[in-house]
Amino acid sequence: MLNSSAMLEAKLLKKSYGKLVAVDGVSLHADAGETIGLLGPNGAGKTTTVSMIAGLVAPDSGEVLIEGKKVLSDTDPVKGRIGLVPQDMALFDKLSAYDNMTFFAALYSISGAKAKQAIREALELVGLAERAGDKVETFSGGMKRRLNLAAALLHDPQILLLDEPTVGVDPQSRNAIFENLEALKKRGKTLVYTTHYMEEAERLCDRIVIIDHGKVIADDTLQGLHRLLPVNNVISIELDKVDGFRPEQLLGLSEVKSAEVQNGTLRVGVHDLSRGAPGVLRWLVENNHPYHHVASEQPDLETVFLTLTGRSLRDAR
Amino acid sequence: MIPFLALVRKDLKLFFSDRKAMMIGLVVPIVCGSFFGYLFGGRRGETETSKVPVLVIDQDSSDISRGLIRQLADDKNLDVKPSDIEAARLAVRKGKATAAIVIPKDFGTNAGHALFTASAKPELTLLYDPSHAVELGMVKGILSGAVMQAVSKEMFNGKMGREMLNGSIGQVENNPDIPAADRKALSDMLAGVKEWNTQQQESGGPSGGLTLPFHTHDEAITSGENDEYNGYAHSFGGMGVQFILFMGLDVGIALLMLRQSGLWQRLRAAPLSRTMLLGSRAVSAALIAGFILFVLFTFARVVFGVHIRGSMAGFVGVCAAFSLMTAAFGLMVAALGETIEATRGYAVMATLIMVMLGGAWVPTFVFPAWLQKLTVVVPTRWAMDGIDGMTWRGLDISAAVAPMAIMLAFTLLFGAIAVMRFRWRTEG
Repeated sequence: MLNSSAMLEAKLLKKSYGKLVAVDGVSLHADAGETIGLLGPNGAGKTTTVSMIAGLVAPDSGEVLIEGKKVLSDTDPVKGRIGLVPQDMALFDKLSAYDNMTFFAALYSISGAKAKQAIREALELVGLAERAGDKVETFSGGMKRRLNLAAALLHDPQILLLDEPTVGVDPQSRNAIFENLEALKKRGKTLVYTTHYMEEAERLCDRIVIIDHGKVIADDTLQGLHRLLPVNNVISIELDKVDGFRPEQLLGLSEVKSAEVQNGTLRVGVHDLSRGAPGVLRWLVENNHPYHHVASEQPDLETVFLTLTGRSLRDAR
Repeated sequence: MIPFLALVRKDLKLFFSDRKAMMIGLVVPIVCGSFFGYLFGGRRGETETSKVPVLVIDQDSSDISRGLIRQLADDKNLDVKPSDIEAARLAVRKGKATAAIVIPKDFGTNAGHALFTASAKPELTLLYDPSHAVELGMVKGILSGAVMQAVSKEMFNGKMGREMLNGSIGQVENNPDIPAADRKALSDMLAGVKEWNTQQQESGGPSGGLTLPFHTHDEAITSGENDEYNGYAHSFGGMGVQFILFMGLDVGIALLMLRQSGLWQRLRAAPLSRTMLLGSRAVSAALIAGFILFVLFTFARVVFGVHIRGSMAGFVGVCAAFSLMTAAFGLMVAALGETIEATRGYAVMATLIMVMLGGAWVPTFVFPAWLQKLTVVVPTRWAMDGIDGMTWRGLDISAAVAPMAIMLAFTLLFGAIAVMRFRWRTEG
């Protein structure tokens, strides 16, 4: 998987805190313009991995390369290639949005007209240009999240590390952040996005790295991950009457790989929808199990995680 | 340089943007400084010292006992009131009176005889509140003088004195234990006193009795002959030192909190050196400390007439050195602290001990000698010595050199500990 031309490359990162192994040999890479998602439950090791990439935590072993270069010291200019959006809000509430931006730009020695331009562009991107003069303490949670993102863009980093940037925001603000990230992706930025929301990873990421218990258990595109599954489609059938119905009877059909009743709905897993669905529906009619609604769905990352770990992603949190 | 200036400017902006916190940070030391300054003398002569409450139980009711009570009542340091023995005991126990003097029956007669002969001395009982040992010493001193004056006045001038002199002359002349030569000399002296008493009585001339044969001339040695001591100079210095140390403590706690926040991650992700991160914090804390001292002494000057009687350069130097030391102290707190709650507790305790031993609450000269020697290892002691020296003592800059040098040495020590022990990585 390691790629010598990668924008970001992490090799066999390990980190322990006492007896707890937080990260156990994680390797990943991201090319220019690529968005990779680090997906896993809370405590899986995502934040520790991002912290090691950003230089906040020293790995016990392994190394991180930015455009093929190691970060050698605190003041290494290579650090300027990375923009970090921490999970915790990293803003000064008592200062205005503009003063916050001026400060964060200055940390990268950006001042004067160059800083003004960078601040204007960043605030416009996240839709907060009109609130530049307001104190951050007057902002909503979603606005703070967007400003938190803008603060990481001022020095025009090539790699953006986003550690659960939508935690605690309303759907509207989340959507606004997604649009911001999609705009950055179009500009060719490399995004590393940690989340435990499957729908976020599915929407944004070119490639998804699933981490559990500090280890990478899968690293592929969404389509590639789906191929790991025993079923590619699930048929949901709402039966008129589920009492006494035995779903395992369907396993005798050649296309059926799984069958279960969940909350009064029969869920049948098949490899090929066009070949499997007619057979299942015919069997229900012939065996006097009338139904009133049929739908099909593709399995999501929740299912992938369940398949790979034997646990539900939600249960694992 | 751009990041360094931005870091310092950010701290200053945050300090000045929280107006309420800033006002409290300035008003509280001003209020405390004004209170302590007034308590410890204020501007000389403006503060009325409270009198020591003393009760007197007169079981004698003689001319001498009445004269003694008058003498005590005339003393400006005492608030004398008559009482009876039970009420006096209760008042002293409750702390309503510092002492109660019991003048026993026949005190006047016995004291008069004892003045010139070897007869038994009468006993004055003193009931006192043990928590007022200093005042007790003062009461005893005043009582001694008053008894001498009241008894001798009666002996040289009063009717009771004449009667006692007659009795004393008879006792001396009929005492076979006294050698003949001594007996004659003593009788002659008593006869002389009696004659003097009679003449005073006939002429109606005043007699004050025996008094202390001297007066003292009190001169406060301050910055100049015409400069009076201003207690506010010390109290504002002391409260400034105390609250700036607390500000330093807040800097440390804020740094500990910062380490647990996303802001610290953002700062550490930027290409900034550790020296810059800690150094900028120290500089901004020192600037804020200097600002607080400036406001305090400006207020003290305008309202209480506190002047920098000594070297202004020395004063600025002492304040700057103390400000830097405070900033380094704050960084050390952040470096040594584990949890915020525990750190706050330990650091508050350390701060209060430094303030107390440094003489910020009360001047170190009231400490026992051994404690005065011990406190030279406390940096705040040097801050107070320097500020006192440059304000009301009116000393020149040479007196500021040692305090500045020692505080800068503490700055280096605290700073070195901070750099060595600071946990840079975001763990967990």
